[in-house]
Amino acid sequence: MGKVWVVAEQREGKLKKVTFEMVTLARQIGGEVEGVVIGKDVKGLASELGEYGVGKVYVADHPDLEQYTTAKYTRVLAELINKEKPEVVLIANSAQGRDFAPRTAQRVGAGQISDITGYEEGVFVRPIYAGKAYTKVGATSHPLIVTVRPNVFPAAEKTGGQAAIEEVAVSFMPEDLKAIVKEVVKQVSGRPELTEADIIVSGGRGMKGPENFKLLEDLADVLGAAVGASRAAVDAGWREHRYQVGQTGKTVSPSLYIAVGISGAIQHLAGMGSSKVIVAINKDPEANIFKVADYGIVGDLFEIVPLLTEEFKKLLKS
Amino acid sequence: MKLVVLLKQTFDTEAKIVLKDGKIDDSGVTLIINPYDEFAVEEALRIKEKLGQGEVVVVSAGSDRAQEALRQALAMGADRAVLVKTDGLQLDEMVVAEVLAKVLQQMEYDLILAGWRAIDDSSAQVGVRVAEILGLPQINLVTKLEVGEGKITGHREIEGGTEVVEVPLPALVTAQRGLNEPRYPSMKGIMQAKKKELKVINAADLGVNATPKVEIKEIFLPKGKQAGKIFTDEPAVAVAKLVKALREEAKVI
Ligand SMILES: Cc1cc2nc3c(=O)[nH]c(=O)nc-3n(C[C@H](O)[C@H](O)[C@H](O)COP(=O)(O)OP(=O)(O)OC[C@H]3O[C@@H](n4cnc5c(N)ncnc54)[C@H](O)[C@@H]3O)c2cc1C
Repeated sequence: MGKVWVVAEQREGKLKKVTFEMVTLARQIGGEVEGVVIGKDVKGLASELGEYGVGKVYVADHPDLEQYTTAKYTRVLAELINKEKPEVVLIANSAQGRDFAPRTAQRVGAGQISDITGYEEGVFVRPIYAGKAYTKVGATSHPLIVTVRPNVFPAAEKTGGQAAIEEVAVSFMPEDLKAIVKEVVKQVSGRPELTEADIIVSGGRGMKGPENFKLLEDLADVLGAAVGASRAAVDAGWREHRYQVGQTGKTVSPSLYIAVGISGAIQHLAGMGSSKVIVAINKDPEANIFKVADYGIVGDLFEIVPLLTEEFKKLLKS
Repeated sequence: MKLVVLLKQTFDTEAKIVLKDGKIDDSGVTLIINPYDEFAVEEALRIKEKLGQGEVVVVSAGSDRAQEALRQALAMGADRAVLVKTDGLQLDEMVVAEVLAKVLQQMEYDLILAGWRAIDDSSAQVGVRVAEILGLPQINLVTKLEVGEGKITGHREIEGGTEVVEVPLPALVTAQRGLNEPRYPSMKGIMQAKKKELKVINAADLGVNATPKVEIKEIFLPKGKQAGKIFTDEPAVAVAKLVKALREEAKVI
């Protein structure tokens, strides 16, 4: 195995957790683990990666890279791949990673294995048909691009190393600058992103109305959790679409998923089936969600959820 | 305006997955238009209606059976369809993208629309790869689209928010849920669809020389889950037991 690259995901000068998860995977794959950091004023992040045992980090630091665009990231990464010839390039399967990974793969003539959730001796494991089946996929040529589902691999621990830092010359072609980002609207919420959250509390049609989501928000606040929703809750206009979990919503893999008033339709399971521990709260003992739940309470959510919030509060304070 | 929609036929979302000789068995499975591609079809139709002129062409790479999905898009209101038959070809996302791009190169287009992913393999690569081959700018995961003079503006979903991006035409966009509500074909639409052009091409005749770069070594079904612990005690007791289990057994709190 030659070089295995971890393309760091950073936002506002901070490395995202998935970056460290990819370091763990890179070590499992073997070979020389190297990092790539792209952005503006990101040299500090490169040395931070070094502390996690990444031997060498390529840094593309340029004022024009402050704002992400597909074309700019593709230009930088594709040129670097062509020059340095890594064997495997790991990119986060985030909104951003998904956007430039296939474009880069196509430009360098590489195959891509998307949204992987496992690795076994040279092959990558990924769900298909929304988790109803899995495949083991291998590369027939290199480089290979792999996008990695967040929250699946454990984050690497600090090893206290120091990375050799190589600055990459960045220059753009006129066509790279054609896309104009007119506006970025940030969601103001103290809660973690659904796809990164370690704990998710989700509500469905059983919540009966938008105002009752307050119950879930209170629970989420105690747990530091994100709040998700089923499609029925989204279609009813109680939550925005960005919070929908499922086949036509987000795919999540938290360590704990609490499904409240959700029946467990196959399309919902498609988005949260890979959660490590699933808890269901539903008044219907026959609800499908109990078939996949590790723990469940049969009962009225309006009674259960406030009690649960109190119980967690007691536990987490002590 | 020339609008082209890339469309894939996929398993119905309720379909049960059965393996036969190590492969996914599609016999007896209901097939549908990939839901994300349906948003793309709907958006193309709306753009044409809004502008009061233009053409919507739906293009699919797949087996003969994909004609059903194309007919349905024609019944929704698309003007004509092209099926590229890929039977017998060794495929990966790159080869499919090369095949589609080859067909698109023989067509006129201002805007190409696709779903951001197909719900079967969920690779989320083909649309973006096609954009790269054709040298088009892209806007991925679009939840709102505005067509301007020689340009389009898309609202796209990013982590923690929304980004508004403008690119010049021609361009490629991929559709995300939230963009629109796809219409059902009307009876009239279904009747008209029968008369619309559906051209069938063999991918093998297109002279694509890309070969697959990745290969599926094995397909397997997930292990059935063990039945979980259900607490049916009175609420306060059930809650206490649940919290204890989450801390001491599952160790997730
Ligand atoms: C193409 C397609 C894509 C789809 N994509 C998605 C998707 O991405 N995500 C998704 O979630 N769905 C999706 N769906 C919809 C899916 O099939 C279901 O309709 C949806 O998940 C149902 O949501 P629900 O469980 O909240 O509602 P319901 O099925 O109505 O279930 C509500 C549950 O709440 C329980 N309940 C009611 N009151 C209480 C109470 N007081 N206390 C406790 N429990 C209570 C009920 O027992 C019931 O089980 C999709 C469907 C299609 C066809």
